[in-house]
Amino acid sequence: MTIEQTQQQIIDEFSMFDDWMDKYNFLIEMGKDCPIIDTQYKTNNYLITGCQSRVWLHASYDGNLISFSADSDAVITKGIVNLLIRVFNGHSPEEILAADTAFLDQIGLKEHLSPTRSNGLVSMVKQMKLYAQVYHLKSTQQTKHE
Amino acid sequence: MEDRKPFEIQYVRSQFPALSQYVYNKPLVYFDNAATTQKPLVVIDRLKLWYELENSNIHRGVHYLSQQGTIAFETARKTVAAFLNAKETHEIIFTKGTTDSINLLASSLGRLLVNEGDSVLVTGMEHHSNFVPWQQLCLEKKANLLVAAITDSGEVDLEDYKSLLEKRPKIVSITHISNVLGTINPIEEMIRLAHEYNIPVVIDGAQSVAHQKIDVQALNCDFFAFSGHKLYAPMGVGVLYGKEKWLNAMPPYQFGGEMVNQVSIKETLFNDLPFKFEAGTPNVGAVLGLESAIHFIEMTGIEQIGLHEEQLLHYALEKLKEIDQIRFIGHPKKQAGVISFLIGNIHPFDAGMIIDKLGIAIRTGHHCAQPVMERYGIPGTMRASFAAYNTFEEIDIFVAAVKKAALMLS
Repeated sequence: MTIEQTQQQIIDEFSMFDDWMDKYNFLIEMGKDCPIIDTQYKTNNYLITGCQSRVWLHASYDGNLISFSADSDAVITKGIVNLLIRVFNGHSPEEILAADTAFLDQIGLKEHLSPTRSNGLVSMVKQMKLYAQVYHLKSTQQTKHE
Repeated sequence: MEDRKPFEIQYVRSQFPALSQYVYNKPLVYFDNAATTQKPLVVIDRLKLWYELENSNIHRGVHYLSQQGTIAFETARKTVAAFLNAKETHEIIFTKGTTDSINLLASSLGRLLVNEGDSVLVTGMEHHSNFVPWQQLCLEKKANLLVAAITDSGEVDLEDYKSLLEKRPKIVSITHISNVLGTINPIEEMIRLAHEYNIPVVIDGAQSVAHQKIDVQALNCDFFAFSGHKLYAPMGVGVLYGKEKWLNAMPPYQFGGEMVNQVSIKETLFNDLPFKFEAGTPNVGAVLGLESAIHFIEMTGIEQIGLHEEQLLHYALEKLKEIDQIRFIGHPKKQAGVISFLIGNIHPFDAGMIIDKLGIAIRTGHHCAQPVMERYGIPGTMRASFAAYNTFEEIDIFVAAVKKAALMLS
């Protein structure tokens, strides 16, 4: 599934909810399914700044695709980060860098989160793209050497 | 006051337009009063009148508006002085707020009294605004910041306080009421103890001034700081009360217009109290709004407000106890209308987001008191804080919302 297809799937899922409560319940459930970061990475180095609760994010790269894992001490935050993981997981750095995140507005996540929370969301996306950027540079450098 | 009305909660509420609004299609329940209070009509109208008709710069002009403005401004100072029972009107300095008042002291009183190797004493329950300015002063002066411990129940450990006083700090600065725990500190005793060593005492009154009668002469504190906006007044105005002898001895804090007597290229003679500490054009509208807020409080009756809030506190504590796994952070013997709590291990932001969606304004986070969070080993709390206009029905709505959040998140 492409990034756009996953985003559309999430938009469809959210459109089924009548009220915010169901949306939050969904995020809480998603939080429980989050691929949990290995404890060795649950350190300040992997902490995302800009969130009111603590969020740790880790990425690994197999030379082709990136996979993410995360954790947060707040379960709704964990649901949000998992939503992003669902979108970006198993994609190449180039795909992740090219993706836009307008779907967050469409599922009404941005407007329903307080500004600081929303900044946290922005920070999460930024951090994921940063990982993609680093892996992209690494792979292009390797290609050059070859 | 002669025209004081009996405490009529519906009348009090009717004076606050903000309270009748709906958020997320639900009637607003405003329990974030320790952060800032809503404003009554008298205050809003006073600001409007100032900007519609009276606006002018004060203390400078000979023209009519300037003279009227100056009279109004200085009358407001008298009102504040009477409200705090200050001995002299010029012991009242208008500032931007509590933070500004304490920064003034850390800078000016700090410069007067604190040198290398000296110390300043605060408690472990201070708001950052009564902590960081002293900490930075101490770092700059190579002095020591002494921090009196707090007990598990959220009270200042008086034995620790007494032993730290023996180190002869140059300044003691303590909060009257904790913005996190609601603890009402025994400041009368703490002031008396510090005065045994002739140490001046600063009281951070940000959380107390709207809830109980303050008499600075009876307290015998050397300084008392508060913000207008927590007292139903506009934002951007605060007060620093200081005993005349200290204010006269202290060097000016900021320099500029209004605070000078005579300026030549070589030197400047500074103005007398209180103008020495009021450089630049003051926030006149907000000062007049503060005066109106004080009139509002006096008409309503500060004792009655305090009593009402105490009843709200006890009712809320009883109702919240019905919730499984409720954890109160601090349970001091003397508590103001501030409750900090957690539900089991639920993160305060998670619960706060759901409670917000139910139309209830509470505060979540560390409340600008990270040392307190550290003391209890928690990331933050949920905090409900009450004002004159809150009702028992609102507490019912709030407790139901907390229950709902707990159900969703556990």
